[in-house]
Amino acid sequence: MVKHVDKGLKGIPGTAFEAANEAAQATGAAQAAFVTLTVDDREVSVHENTTILDAAHKAGIEIPTLCYLREVNEVGSCRVCVVELAGENQLVAACNNVVRDGMEVRTNSPLARRARKLNVELLLSQHDVQCTSCVRSGNCTLQALSNDLNILDARFEKNVRTAAWEKSFPLIRDEGKCVKCLRCVNVCEKVQACAIWDVRGRATRSTIGVKGALPIEESNCALCGQCIVNCPTGALRTRDDTDRVLEALADPDKVCVVQIAPAVRAAWGESLGLSHEQATVKRLVAALRTMGFDYIFDTDFSADLTIMEEGSEFLERLGTGAGDGTAFPMFTSCCPGWVRYLKGHHPELIDQLSSAKSPQQMFGAVMKSYHAENIGVDPERIFSISIMPCVAKKHECAIPCMDDAGAGPDVDVVLTTREAVRLIRAGHVNVHALEEEEFDQPLGIGTGAGVIFGVTGGVMEAALRSAHFLVTGSNPDPDAFAEVRGLYGWKEATFNLAGTELKVAVASGLANTERLLDALARGEVSYHFVEIMACPGGCANGGGQTISENAAKVSTRSRVIYGLDAHSDLRFSHENPAVAACYADYLEKPLSERAHHLLHTDHRAWSMPHEK
Amino acid sequence: MTRIQVYEKSYGQERMEDAYAQLAGGLDVGALTSCPVELAAAAVKLMGAQSCGKCTPCRVGLAQLEALVEQVLDGTATREVLDLIAELAEVVATSSDCAVGYEAGAFVLTALKGFYDDFVSHIENGDCTADAFAPVPCVEGCPAHVDIPGYMALVQAGRYRDAIGLVRKDNPFAVACGLICEHPCELYCRRGMVDDVLNIRGIKRFAADHSDGDYQPPAAEPTGKRVAVVGSGPAGLTCAYYLALMGHSPVVFEQRERLGGMLRYGIPSYRLPREALDAEIAWLTSQGIETRLGTAVGTDVRLAELREEFDAVYLAFGAHSDNRLGIAGEDAAGVLSAVELLRAIGDEQLPDLSGKRVVVVGGGNVAMDCARSALRLGAESVTVAYRRRKLDMTAQTAEIEAAVAEGCKLLELHAPVSIDVSGQEVAGLVLQPQAIGEIAGGRAKPHAADAAPLTLACDLVVVAIGQRIDASSFESEGVELQRGMIVSTPKAEVPGMEGVYAGGDCVSGPLTVIRAVAAGKAAAASIDSYLGFDHRVSFDIEVPTAMFKGRAYCARSNMTEPAIETINGNFALVEAGLRPEEAAQESARCLRCDHFGRGAFRGGRSLQW
Repeated sequence: MVKHVDKGLKGIPGTAFEAANEAAQATGAAQAAFVTLTVDDREVSVHENTTILDAAHKAGIEIPTLCYLREVNEVGSCRVCVVELAGENQLVAACNNVVRDGMEVRTNSPLARRARKLNVELLLSQHDVQCTSCVRSGNCTLQALSNDLNILDARFEKNVRTAAWEKSFPLIRDEGKCVKCLRCVNVCEKVQACAIWDVRGRATRSTIGVKGALPIEESNCALCGQCIVNCPTGALRTRDDTDRVLEALADPDKVCVVQIAPAVRAAWGESLGLSHEQATVKRLVAALRTMGFDYIFDTDFSADLTIMEEGSEFLERLGTGAGDGTAFPMFTSCCPGWVRYLKGHHPELIDQLSSAKSPQQMFGAVMKSYHAENIGVDPERIFSISIMPCVAKKHECAIPCMDDAGAGPDVDVVLTTREAVRLIRAGHVNVHALEEEEFDQPLGIGTGAGVIFGVTGGVMEAALRSAHFLVTGSNPDPDAFAEVRGLYGWKEATFNLAGTELKVAVASGLANTERLLDALARGEVSYHFVEIMACPGGCANGGGQTISENAAKVSTRSRVIYGLDAHSDLRFSHENPAVAACYADYLEKPLSERAHHLLHTDHRAWSMPHEK
Repeated sequence: MTRIQVYEKSYGQERMEDAYAQLAGGLDVGALTSCPVELAAAAVKLMGAQSCGKCTPCRVGLAQLEALVEQVLDGTATREVLDLIAELAEVVATSSDCAVGYEAGAFVLTALKGFYDDFVSHIENGDCTADAFAPVPCVEGCPAHVDIPGYMALVQAGRYRDAIGLVRKDNPFAVACGLICEHPCELYCRRGMVDDVLNIRGIKRFAADHSDGDYQPPAAEPTGKRVAVVGSGPAGLTCAYYLALMGHSPVVFEQRERLGGMLRYGIPSYRLPREALDAEIAWLTSQGIETRLGTAVGTDVRLAELREEFDAVYLAFGAHSDNRLGIAGEDAAGVLSAVELLRAIGDEQLPDLSGKRVVVVGGGNVAMDCARSALRLGAESVTVAYRRRKLDMTAQTAEIEAAVAEGCKLLELHAPVSIDVSGQEVAGLVLQPQAIGEIAGGRAKPHAADAAPLTLACDLVVVAIGQRIDASSFESEGVELQRGMIVSTPKAEVPGMEGVYAGGDCVSGPLTVIRAVAAGKAAAASIDSYLGFDHRVSFDIEVPTAMFKGRAYCARSNMTEPAIETINGNFALVEAGLRPEEAAQESARCLRCDHFGRGAFRGGRSLQW
């Protein structure tokens, strides 16, 4: 039933390589030609067309890299990974050159050492070395290289350039920290199909800028943040909003309500030295409570709410709109990066977006209405904060029409996972010593269906679980739709829903999405329901997540999320008692007038810079 | 103490001359990759390095000029700075005492004028107007953007048929261009920075000569759309070929009895053998091109009828009219135009010039073709008379040298003033000796020398002083002309005539084969879009991975032209191709700019267009 359209796992850097290796091993790789070489006198046999870098890795030798990003940015620009080959008078980049039989590679010859170190020194001469006040300190490839290479003196004249930037935009670029590795350009172009970055200027003035010399806020940037999480230095970062949260926490008149997105729990502990077993969401709740948040809720709750609304909307379309051609496919709308992309690049598809708000915005609207009423607080006093694995959420919460509860923005501030961690560290909270604590109630209840929103395919699976119930009146096996899982760039499946053939697709990464949209436009495929996540792999790999060079991070975080679902007592959104209570006490039923007012939005009420 | 020493170049001076030569070589091939403002800043610094420092404008002014241009590059300048640069450059150019200063000033002034938009763009956007950095210089330098590193690698791997297939993705005339392409790509070959540019045409020819069997390019489903192509030269056939691959049905109208246009009627077979040309054209037409020979559009069939009958029309006829000398006696028997002579040869109606004394007037490639052909037609003597100097001739140096080697005489600095006629026949050409002088518009102008005219007794005068377009019949049907040539947009559209496109010599005036190919290719893409499609032309072949080779110096292998034993009647190909070991060595000299350098950034290769 399930067809994985894209076997290449495109868009999730590194995963195609792993898959290709697995495939090669699976087929015995009998027909592949092997070559034998030595790396620092260690003999190793690898497939022909293996890079020197990978051959060295197989020999147990890690050659340092900086610009290299597997499958995305194999440009050999930084010249840090240069190695010496016996018999050659030129050093060669290990990252994008392949081995030859009998090759003798020396990764640490005097010339290679000299070149590696000096090239880093050259980069440092143009780098605004402000490690003490840089968000990437301790997690910066340039800093690590400089330390590893024992660079202690600045031998070259400092020449740091600056460039103007709109600091109120959620994505901030610092020219002085850019090492021109080109990762952002290639990630944006190849993985995210946005191509907002480009190389500008020539020769020594060559740098990265917004394509067409546009100010960033006038570009078609989806705000996915993939350039940020793939930047090796602090040149690209997210606008920091932690001070606004600290101010609110210090304000006795404010009731600080925070929601935690599903994927945050899979990554928040990584940079705090916590294992995934330690870094539970309950420990995060404890940390936030220590810091003085008044109510700590789970976005899983509003993910379940989203399923009720979006699922009902879909079934309504299926009942009335079938065959009219414009209603399908219906696209999910919970990813604001995707919504920005669709509005900026494919405005003709706007009406096919579900009108449901994202879980974040649903939560915000419910907090300042239902919850305010429940606790008897003037909604104006509620300060609504969300912790998200996402950069685009910062834009989403500031869209002028996202104020349906009538008390200012439904969500006042969005913190990325990274900012939440910085907040915890600034509050010198010892997370290792904290006992786990429960969410506040009742909006702290989420189901396994809600938590899998944090990974590609999760929204679709959650929706199918409840759609099955809504149509047949009985629950399916919770794992009945497990086939939409997996880190494939574009998946499609057909399910029989009470006699109706339902064709669905799931894509993550905007280049994968673009290919899906192209196939739709060409009439090569047709679907009823399509889930899109802008970030490759979904929110687990979101642009607001903890930054890690470890290519396996996406699959690790996904496993954490699916593990939470599997161990959850509740695995169906429609069984969330808090959601049921919310409908019973306040919203009446999915798609009711009040639900429409609070939980749905008009995607045409605001515009992208170039939206026609 | 000696008063004067025997002159000897110092070691330092010799190294300096080497350094200048190396620099010149690098600059020579780097013209595609630099920003004009960066170049101006670097040039004024380099030129300033030659200053002795005596005079104010040169000593101080050049340094200030450099600083101001650097401000522009840094994005810290205002528009007023451009005015200051202009004023300063003008004063340096006009008030310096010697050429070091005034040439440097003039250089900046010319750069500022020629690239004003780039200077402004740096000020306003902090960047050039030219945003497309050419990652692979040779590919960028080829008008048809043929994937040169790709087929170099395929030749290196011995995959000659794949190499030809890859060439034909962008240029269907792989065989013809292997023999006669003007190879502008080689002007930009980065290997020139190391030792010498690659012999790209030689490798293409080698691949064509050694390609085994046939292959089938990928073709789209038939669309049922019919396109009339007027003219079967390189532009017309290129367009028709790609339209056929895109699934359309092109019909080529050719006024003569054979296909090929100027490939057949302009290039003699000792450069482009008929068998090779016929085979290549037969292969191209077999891909789905219908032809109507002996049908002149404008007389046999009107453009309006074609527009009626076809979904689109492409005008791609050649420059088949001659320029005339406009001197007395030009109408006498024995005065031939280059086009008449080469057309007769193309139709294989070889005139017998046995025992005739021939004078060819002109200095271009066509003049050399006429001169060398005349020798092969039995002429007793052939003289090429040219009013400028030999070095001003527009013919390629190799062509001039070959003509001389074969026995043609060059008479430079002689302008024809009249033709002596005896009865109805030519008896001689009267030539006025010339002297060279002023340079205007980049070309040295001759003027009559203070010397008596010379009469060259001869039986045949061939006038090869350029060709023109005759588009009058199209003009009468509403096609707009400018200076006798058809006006068309960069997308090859004929303004005001929906569905009509034009390109090649009839739009540009006489140019090279590869320019015509590029024009036909662009037209095919435009016509495909106009017909409502978005077909892409591709060639699905994996190019061998670039292997790191280090830096080694190796001289370029050239083609040779072995001495010809008997020239009379010998129209056989004169150029010998590279030997296998030469082709292997030469293709290995390719620096693979598709992988090393900027080519690594975005893949170095466009897989389709």
